[in-house]
Amino acid sequence: MEKSKLMDMYNRMVMIRKFEEKAQSLFAKGQLAGFLHLYIGEEAVGAGVCAALNDDDYIVSTHRGHGHLIAKGGDVNKIMAELYGKVTGYCKGKGGSMHVADFSKGMLGACGIVGGGIPIAVGAALSSKLRGTKQVAVSFFGDGASNEGSFHESVNFAAVQKLPVIFLVENNGYGEFTPQHRAMRVENIADRAIGYGIPGVIVDGMNVMEVYETVKEWVEKLRNGEGPVIIEAKTHRKVGHSEGEEVFLDRQVYRLPDEEKTAKETDPIENLKEYLLDNSIASVTELEEIEQAAEAKIEKAVEFAQNSPFPEKEELFTDTWV
Amino acid sequence: MRKYYIKAVQEALFEEMARDERVFLMGEDVKIGCFAATRGLAARFGEERVIDTPISELGVAGAGVGAAATGMRPIVDLMFGQFLMLAYDQVSNQANAMRYMFGGQTTVPITYLVQNGTGACLGPHHSNSVHPLFMNIPLVKVIMPSCPKDAKGLLKSAIRDDNPVIFFNHTFLGSMKGEVPEDEDFLIPLGKGEIKKEGKDITLCAVGLMVNTCLKAAKALEKQGIHAEVVDLRTLKPWDKELVLESVKKTGRFLAVDESYHTCGAGAEWVATVSEEGFSDLKCPASRLSGKEIPIPFSPELQKYAVPSVEEIVGKVKEMLK
Repeated sequence: MEKSKLMDMYNRMVMIRKFEEKAQSLFAKGQLAGFLHLYIGEEAVGAGVCAALNDDDYIVSTHRGHGHLIAKGGDVNKIMAELYGKVTGYCKGKGGSMHVADFSKGMLGACGIVGGGIPIAVGAALSSKLRGTKQVAVSFFGDGASNEGSFHESVNFAAVQKLPVIFLVENNGYGEFTPQHRAMRVENIADRAIGYGIPGVIVDGMNVMEVYETVKEWVEKLRNGEGPVIIEAKTHRKVGHSEGEEVFLDRQVYRLPDEEKTAKETDPIENLKEYLLDNSIASVTELEEIEQAAEAKIEKAVEFAQNSPFPEKEELFTDTWV
Repeated sequence: MRKYYIKAVQEALFEEMARDERVFLMGEDVKIGCFAATRGLAARFGEERVIDTPISELGVAGAGVGAAATGMRPIVDLMFGQFLMLAYDQVSNQANAMRYMFGGQTTVPITYLVQNGTGACLGPHHSNSVHPLFMNIPLVKVIMPSCPKDAKGLLKSAIRDDNPVIFFNHTFLGSMKGEVPEDEDFLIPLGKGEIKKEGKDITLCAVGLMVNTCLKAAKALEKQGIHAEVVDLRTLKPWDKELVLESVKKTGRFLAVDESYHTCGAGAEWVATVSEEGFSDLKCPASRLSGKEIPIPFSPELQKYAVPSVEEIVGKVKEMLK
């Protein structure tokens, strides 16, 4: 793989990590209201997928969506401002963490309803087919969402219509606090593809290169009329379902010990870093520069968000009827 | 020229699909056209734009949202109002919210087409009037015409509207005949009601089939020297409050007649508004006749008692004029 592509993906992953770590600490300090679902540990999935897409390809995200938007080229200032509920945020503060979106980058929105975004991605793919634009749509969702009726209806409809959509399962092993094995009898969500007569592929979601290569290959196939496909990325949440969860969980433990150990020991960013250094593709200095630049950018984003005004009361009734 | 109601709907679909190539239709058996409204569209516009879908209301309703948000203008035919409830998440959390929650980044120009209402002996799962469920969510327009002319003019406006629209055709009106303008730009503005019969003694307010029931009741009342005014709202949301209040100013009495259930039904909204804003014009309390709070029974003999009848309206009006 070309160095520029590797460095690009490293950059996207680091930007996500720094953003999420900052959001985590701001939340802990009580600066951010509401729910906060972080993408820490899953960065290779979003970064690998989006690095394989064009700017005008579509993605539809989940309640854990900051990483997807950053990976698709989103502006961290506008994401951070949205988390603060400020008028300079992507949604003028009307959406918040669970609804960040950037239509100009093909990011059709994070979604607070589990499985709610899957049909929308199918619609974007249908629209692309009808307009003849060859744009591809990626529907991100988790293992938990694959138990929703919307998953079944969407995959089946897309399969019948041969739509250019990738159903990208981010299998982090938990639907909220429930381990996968207690919510389904199958181990691999990709195995469900057989029920729809389409291919199901498994990738190591902690390995950004593998994610990228696989998605790239399928994007080409989809542009040539093949599709859809289920790609399951096995990944790990290095954080909880939601920040501050220990408070309402009241010390109850839900993580499986083996999985938790793996989640702690494996890191998608460290994996790529090791590859880049071991193969002398990049130097320590180069990588540190990327990390420092990302940190500086996130600091500026926080400053931007904090210095931005809240929406005026009049904003309550804008963006309503067209 | 006098035409069947269903023919007027069909004409609106033909004209709008011919006018704008972004308009496309999808739903179960739309090629065959179970209710004849969509029949012939596939032959004229091709199977790309007239898409038979699996029986997957949620998935298809959501695919419509995704297509609408990416430059298309879908018409999604879900057959019956009660089937629309299977798609409720996509209508009430996504289609209506997208523009607002993403800070105005997109529009969702989608029309959901369904049948609704009692009279055809279709039993508890095909006869209910579900329109209040959609009046109770923000930022969707809700339509229910009462005659062929209005069906055509309103549906054409709905398809051209940039907001999500739920278009209820009353199940029992398909074979109604009436004058329908030939003009391809014949439009009836959404949100505007019409006085279908003038009168000075009481205002009867209704939509769909109940407008016709009210007209029959008004005719019977004329023979007894009572002159009822019949207001056809045509659009349930946003509704023509001004027209109703103006009528009440003249008549001093208000009776809402609607098939939906009493509790939080459409009539509850109208009566509340007339009582709040037209109280000083009222000679007696504003009142309502609603559907009985039961699943709509099949038996022709039982079914007729489930929704307001001419006799019930006449009796209620005479009571109010005492």
